[in-house]
Amino acid sequence: MAKPRDDRAWLLVLPVVALVAFSALIPVMTVVNYSVQDSFGNNEFFWNGTGWFKELLDPSTDLGGRFFDALWRTLLFSALCLLIEIPLGIGVALSMPRQGWGVSASLVVLALPLLIPWNVVGTIWQVFARRDIGLLGAAVNGLGVDYNYAQDPLDAWITVVAMDVWHWTSLVALLCYAGLRSIPDAYYQAARVDGAGAWAVFRAIQLPKMQRVLTIAVLLRFMDSFMIYTEPFVVTGGGPGNATTFLSIDLVKIALGQFDLGKAAAMSIVYNLIVLAVCWVFFATTTRRESEAAR
Amino acid sequence: MARIGFERLAHAYPGAAGYALKPMDMDWDHAGAYALLGPSGCGKTTLLNIISGLLRPSEGRVLFDGRDVSSLTTERRNVAQVFQFPVVYDTMTVRENLAFPLRNRGVPAAAARARVEHVAGLLGLSERLDRRARNLGADEKQKISLGRGLVRGDVAAILFDEPLTVIDPHLKWELRSRLKELHRQVPVTMIYVTHDQTEALTFADRVVVMSEGEVVQVGTPEALFERPEHTFVGHFIGSPGMNLLRCAVEGREAVLPGGHRVGLPRAYPALAGRVELGIRPEFAAVSREGGLPVTLRRVEDLGRRRIARVELGGSPLAATLPEGMPVPAEPRLVLDPARLHIYADGRLAAGSA
Ligand SMILES: Nc1ncnc2c1ncn2[C@@H]1O[C@H](COP(=O)(O)OP(=O)(O)OP(=O)(O)O)[C@@H](O)[C@H]1O
Ligand SMILES: [Mg+2]
Repeated sequence: MAKPRDDRAWLLVLPVVALVAFSALIPVMTVVNYSVQDSFGNNEFFWNGTGWFKELLDPSTDLGGRFFDALWRTLLFSALCLLIEIPLGIGVALSMPRQGWGVSASLVVLALPLLIPWNVVGTIWQVFARRDIGLLGAAVNGLGVDYNYAQDPLDAWITVVAMDVWHWTSLVALLCYAGLRSIPDAYYQAARVDGAGAWAVFRAIQLPKMQRVLTIAVLLRFMDSFMIYTEPFVVTGGGPGNATTFLSIDLVKIALGQFDLGKAAAMSIVYNLIVLAVCWVFFATTTRRESEAAR
Repeated sequence: MARIGFERLAHAYPGAAGYALKPMDMDWDHAGAYALLGPSGCGKTTLLNIISGLLRPSEGRVLFDGRDVSSLTTERRNVAQVFQFPVVYDTMTVRENLAFPLRNRGVPAAAARARVEHVAGLLGLSERLDRRARNLGADEKQKISLGRGLVRGDVAAILFDEPLTVIDPHLKWELRSRLKELHRQVPVTMIYVTHDQTEALTFADRVVVMSEGEVVQVGTPEALFERPEHTFVGHFIGSPGMNLLRCAVEGREAVLPGGHRVGLPRAYPALAGRVELGIRPEFAAVSREGGLPVTLRRVEDLGRRRIARVELGGSPLAATLPEGMPVPAEPRLVLDPARLHIYADGRLAAGSA
């Protein structure tokens, strides 16, 4: 049966098109526009073609060197966060009570850090870790360890990573806990009958059941740590030197600090493409793994 | 391989009112095939989990070969258990699933391999050994569960908790005979939970009938049929179940509804409580003469036999309509006197010859 065809139906999607245009398309196109131009103030712009991109992707130039340094730093930061938060989150989820009043108590405690706004988290840690008045910083120094995140790059890294772990391990733990709760009791009973120890139970039952939520947790934590800005900015401001200047911090420095709109625009496009590419690779491999498993 | 004993064993779930399992004393033979039979909620799974150690009884002791195992964990009790719904380890192949209990106990790889292949052959899983377990159907998943229960050669007992519920009827019958066959080859105590009497009667040497947390009779299928020790057994086993008629007993005679008197095979002392006469439909025949006058309500054709639903002095009864006999115009009911039992408050009353 042929359906009547009426091209006016396209008009119905106009509102969405307008919304997407104003919220995403136009801002992105503005950035694209900046990325191919140079300006010397006075709102005068000159065509620069792919110049900024060439400079950005060439590590021997000033801009390129800076970009790659920030990129490696950011990747290292994400890797550290994932390496700590995922196993720790799994561990926390496994040791949470499965029934009784302890369940809601631990859920509330876990949810607390997630409810705190980013810049407040930054401020908390900024103060908490100060060597003169901070509870943590002063205590560590009192123990005879020379710890100063404002001057020592390693200390600064330890502080920002610890802050991220403090803030976000809960999310991983909550997701894993949800996965664990979906396992029927019969599985644990069968495992006991089969003589499985704790490790075998983890490998054979718990890990497979958590696989889906772990995929989501890894993706969320990667994206979030890769794009982190507020917290390290509040704590270290990217320092000491450039030790904790991640991509997003560097981007803001270039765009707003130096007002190099062209460079910043090119950088944000590349930044964005990296995020998209990682996402896509991640999505493609997990869906492929699932369809393979289904065979 | 073990004799399993219970001493004053009882269980009440924390927070629940009353016993899920009422106090019991029992001894089950080494290498017997037992069936736990009873309606839903009567405590079969509770008893099974207590035997395997998944559940700690709130009272009493469990003995394996006279040794108290009440405080031993499931792992240390060396029993295998198969659950009602399939449990498979998703990420493993069928082979790895079957080998799992062996691997956890450090059985050498070559021996494990041989056991796995033997059990897979027994259950018809040989072709699927290298498939991933998660993609198989419910039938096959349950076979894997069964296989994991059977794969260990040295267990004290294998416990089955309604293992064939999810399996289709045809395969059910086949798997049950496989289990039976296996039991004949390897002397291991098997305990099989079911609420299906056919399943229990065909599988077991001894059937343990449970009702409301209580073991009401342990016996061979014949004993359950011929001499039910409790009206529940009479009623639950057999289809249709045993007829029970309120009556009064005077020595060697029972006075039935309508004032009819029948002679009893034994003499009984004065009985207190609710007194009933029990007779299985198989031993109550409709006839043209003799016996007691009854009204015929209807006839059911069960294929192999015909059951007449009759009424005696206002009480309904099921009786056998002998083969080839036309429905009589004035039906009489003949009861086989040797098959009459008297129950007082549900329990079989002992008479004297
Ligand atoms: N974890 C529990 N907590 C409280 N009560 C329970 C628990 N498990 C079972 N019961 C109760 O104990 C009684 C016996 O339960 P059980 O599971 O042993 O019955 P079952 O004979 O196995 O029944 P089914 O044929 O339905 O499997 C039931 O009344 C049930 O409600
Ligand atoms: Mg049950």
